[in-house]
Amino acid sequence: MSRGEDALVEDLLDGQYRALARTITRIENRSPGYRDLVAALHEHTGDAEVIGITGSPGAGKSTLVDKLAKSYREDGLTVGVIAVDPSSPYTGGAVLGDRIRMASTTGDMDTFVRSMSARGQLGGLSTATGDAITAFDAFGIDRIIVETVGAGQNEVDIVRTADTVAVLVQPESGDDIQMLKAGILEIGDVFVVNKADMPGADRTVKQLSEMLEGHDRGEWDPAIVETVATSGEGLDDLLEAFASHREFLESSGALEEKARTRYAEEVRTLLREDAGRLLEGEIERRGGIEELVDRIVARETDPYTVADEIVAPLEECLTREEAEPSVRN
Amino acid sequence: MSVEEDQRAIRCLVAKVGLDGHDRGAHVISRAFRDAGFEVIYSGLHNAPDEIVQAAVQEDVDVLGISILSGAHNTLVPKIVAGLEEYGAFEDTLIILGGVIPDKDKAGLEEAGVDAIFGPGTPMEETIEFVRENAPER
Repeated sequence: MSRGEDALVEDLLDGQYRALARTITRIENRSPGYRDLVAALHEHTGDAEVIGITGSPGAGKSTLVDKLAKSYREDGLTVGVIAVDPSSPYTGGAVLGDRIRMASTTGDMDTFVRSMSARGQLGGLSTATGDAITAFDAFGIDRIIVETVGAGQNEVDIVRTADTVAVLVQPESGDDIQMLKAGILEIGDVFVVNKADMPGADRTVKQLSEMLEGHDRGEWDPAIVETVATSGEGLDDLLEAFASHREFLESSGALEEKARTRYAEEVRTLLREDAGRLLEGEIERRGGIEELVDRIVARETDPYTVADEIVAPLEECLTREEAEPSVRN
Repeated sequence: MSVEEDQRAIRCLVAKVGLDGHDRGAHVISRAFRDAGFEVIYSGLHNAPDEIVQAAVQEDVDVLGISILSGAHNTLVPKIVAGLEEYGAFEDTLIILGGVIPDKDKAGLEEAGVDAIFGPGTPMEETIEFVRENAPER
């Protein structure tokens, strides 16, 4: 690790906001050396509680996060918020507007809000989010909230980095509830019917509980909470639901289990990325992807054969290792 | 060590400070920056200087674009600069100012730490080009 990174880690652990912000920038940019940075922070983590909040656009996520942050701060806890917004697949640009709704805690450095966008990276955003959580945790932040639009697999992966996942829906959103079927129903620990002062809230609660009944979720029964984020109504119920899920996680051993699963996935994701990059290099050495495609188009070869050929050196290397393990220390 | 690829993007905070409800300009510049491929964090209206400082520090932006049409720039800008200095964030943040700024105030604001001032009618490309060329290396 270079001297610059050493100093950054030291400053972060020392509680300097600027160092935390810069560390997350390095993580987002995947700057050279960012891996060493995150690696050095790992041993200082494990104390934060991570809550993921997802839901369709306009469901009230940012407003609710703002109220949650305010309440945690009143209890003397420090808060970190990671607000994930989509970016344009064409220009890579994005307008990240979640801060506008974070009105109750502006000017307060111990509500550390960080906006992130996808930057066109495939699946990489969940890695970046996970690493940003590591940075927050090592900094000593007590409660970390990850907020994202619940629209696809990417987002599902992001909220899965959380210990407790809350799914927000608004009344009379029949389509939303339909959407929940597709994977999000399974990841929600707490379901929040926000804007509960709107007509149709009762019906939405009923629909939700019917859908949840059909799902066997093991020992934890997902809670359904009604809130009005703008006024703060129902916030205490929500905090209570979070607390009892936390209690369940700790007493059942599910928390440790979750962490283990997460680390296993993280290692696999990193390896996939690394192996992918190594193989990209091999493609280049073989004349580049276009040339390979030319040969496939001309029916000289086929995609499977090409893939076999490219992965062959790697495979050979690893099987040789297996046959005659080299001495390691 | 593994191969690492750099995925840098220019990050900007577009900020409205003080009692100033005119945000058309801030919206237009936010969209233009977005279309130029920047990541734009928009502050919303009526922020106090320390709120802008909080956002700029936490988001670790390369560029802070402040829009002021209230005439209070001579009071507000130095407060923001002082706040950034307090957190060690002044040196490597490009500060640009937009809105209605009289010529007579420009030298003083540049003295106070503003890198460039773009008045009404500035072509969008000019501002974007300036940001591209002057965004600090991280």
